[in-house]
Amino acid sequence: MQQNFDTEALRSVTYLVGDEETLANMPAVPAKVPFEDGILEFLNEVSKCLMKDPRSRTYSDVVTLAFWLRKASTLKLRERFEAHDGNRRFGRGVIFHIAPSNVPVNFAYSLAVGLLTGNANIVRVPSKTFPQVDIIADSISHAFETMSNMRAYIALIRYERNKSINDVLSGMADTRVVWGGDATISELRKSELPPRSTEITFADRFSIAVIDSDTYLSSDNKAGAAQSFYNDTYLTDQNACTSPRLVVWVGQNREEAKKQFWNELNKIVERKYTFQLIQGVNKLTSSYIAAVKIPGATTEEHKDNLLVRVNIPTITDDLMDLKDNSGYFFEYDCDDILTLRPLCNDKRCQTVALLGDLAILQPLLDSAPKGIDRIVPIGKTMDFDLLWDGYDLAESLTRVVVTG
Amino acid sequence: MTFDEILNISPYSLGRAKKEKLLTERLAELTRHHRANCPEYEAMLKSISFDESKISDYSELPFLPVRLFKELELRSAAKEDIVKTMTSSGTTGQAVSRIYLDRVTSSNQQKTLVKIVSSFTGSSRMPMLIIDCPSVIKNRAMFSARGAGILGFSMFGSDRQYALNDDMQLDIETVEKFLEKHSGERILLFGFTFMIWQHFYRELVKLRDTMGKTFDLSNGILIHGGGWKKLVSEAVSQERFKECLTDVCGLHDVHDYYGMVEQTGSIYMQCECGHLHASVFSDVIIRDPYDFSVLPQGEKGIIQVVSTIPESYPGHSLLTEDEGILLGEDDCPCGRLGKYFMVAGRLQNAEIRGCSDTYAAKF
Repeated sequence: MQQNFDTEALRSVTYLVGDEETLANMPAVPAKVPFEDGILEFLNEVSKCLMKDPRSRTYSDVVTLAFWLRKASTLKLRERFEAHDGNRRFGRGVIFHIAPSNVPVNFAYSLAVGLLTGNANIVRVPSKTFPQVDIIADSISHAFETMSNMRAYIALIRYERNKSINDVLSGMADTRVVWGGDATISELRKSELPPRSTEITFADRFSIAVIDSDTYLSSDNKAGAAQSFYNDTYLTDQNACTSPRLVVWVGQNREEAKKQFWNELNKIVERKYTFQLIQGVNKLTSSYIAAVKIPGATTEEHKDNLLVRVNIPTITDDLMDLKDNSGYFFEYDCDDILTLRPLCNDKRCQTVALLGDLAILQPLLDSAPKGIDRIVPIGKTMDFDLLWDGYDLAESLTRVVVTG
Repeated sequence: MTFDEILNISPYSLGRAKKEKLLTERLAELTRHHRANCPEYEAMLKSISFDESKISDYSELPFLPVRLFKELELRSAAKEDIVKTMTSSGTTGQAVSRIYLDRVTSSNQQKTLVKIVSSFTGSSRMPMLIIDCPSVIKNRAMFSARGAGILGFSMFGSDRQYALNDDMQLDIETVEKFLEKHSGERILLFGFTFMIWQHFYRELVKLRDTMGKTFDLSNGILIHGGGWKKLVSEAVSQERFKECLTDVCGLHDVHDYYGMVEQTGSIYMQCECGHLHASVFSDVIIRDPYDFSVLPQGEKGIIQVVSTIPESYPGHSLLTEDEGILLGEDDCPCGRLGKYFMVAGRLQNAEIRGCSDTYAAKF
């Protein structure tokens, strides 16, 4: 059924890929079978174009994306997520993606998942301009040159916050995928979805790290551990939903482990992190607020403002209301993993980055907490997967025809 | 040491060694006082294991970021002793600072302001033209920074008139009458930098260019404060500001001042050489944003301000979000002793990556 397409409302939309016609025709575009060869080929082509673009080299996030889009990688996803239950599956139709405004490449993963699951995609890219967005848009356009049949499936658009545009695009969506946290979700919720449509929302979340000091001390690659942790945190100003805000220390030799761990990290931060002048003031403010709100909190002495650590004697359920970013860590000495329960029983608790044996966390998992969607090794918090933020995206973006 | 003892010292009469001794003694004393009377302050200092008995000079005292006064209620006096709550003039939707004043602190702010300003203007009161609108001080229960500034400086005026009406239009009739009445006398003008530029200077230019009407303010002394942010965006420098005022109305005795609602009273007045001066009541320390170490003369950093006044709230040592440069100490050609410096602007908000969109600044 062709929707009423309101050209007037979309006047302030700019198109990075596709045009108004692409958008208007989208509801009529047939859905595809998830993970079909054509889609994998297309993403592989985009990957090649990204690799060929000399601009990509400057952006590690673009390179990581290009790797993720390779056929070798998407074939693995197909293996894991293709259902073999005798039922048929198809894309749901049109997916309307709203990307977060301050992560340059997130929109591309969202789009790739929409494509892999056999859908046509309207993607609102960040309104702020990032070179990465242009590089990716150009690569998609290049890939169309050899695979023009995919043109109908992608519209990359940009517009300032605007409810009437949200209204029109939501009205076309079979599934709406909203990144950008609580505030953006509540903005988009003002725009109605058709009755049969579904929604995936990526709300505000927080993450933590658990480090077994003995495992850490016995490792011979301490610089590697620091680099992994840097990637989990500073790489996104420690402000992604996956970035650990709290470091929990377990094991025997904690003080020695802390000394080495933070020292190694500091070396990398000094070398790689772009410090913004106000950040030291922000962290000092946060650490003083923590001192007032958390009885017994102490701030570790620090030689510079790159890395600020606040020791907390007990875990309270409102700890994360006091979190900060850009290298501001709560630290907790843990003798009983179940003391983390108030924090992990919070639905906002997303990732546990673990350095140590999974068994450490077992009692916590046995307590069936309401939070924690994933436990990953340190360094892997940002690795995108179709199981993300508690959703099985392969499942959520497809529909099933029961034939059994 | 009591504050009254400091009040007896001439504002710009102490050289480095004497001033350092005085400030270290008074500020350490205030630190102890606030620790004992403000539990939040005590918690903060405890969290960094601070021991004021171990310091050798006041630069080693902790400094609270001014933003804390927006986030926390920080008082070192009993609630019932608070006579005034001052607020910063935050933009709509933003949290405002709350500064709690008891009788003593409030009165010491006034006395300090008198000492500092009268050393520039002389001690007799002058007819005063306030370049603002009357409504800005109407609500006396809540003192905005603008209102507090006007009230504070009103002490120096005798016949006080507002140059603008409540629609921020130049009240030509009032100004004309005022100047007529006080012709030949020395006049004090006071206002906020941007207001003066926007609603006073520009109007005077318009009146001159369209009607040939001019005002003679060559007998005036103008004191203005409140930041340059808006004027910098219009590419108006301090020099140009002064030149323009001289050009349009003959005003040449112009003094900017640096101050903030968190440390009312101990303001930093600009001397004839264009330098902002620290008086005996307060001081500035320029700190490296990277590690908060003290920066030497000539290097740009974050401005820390210390003041000997605050007793009812723990605001005697604060880290601002302004950048500044120390220009010298005890050797300004104007003859005033103490540090002199310039303000270089405000620190930029951080641009932070992350999954959650930011709709408004957190603070």
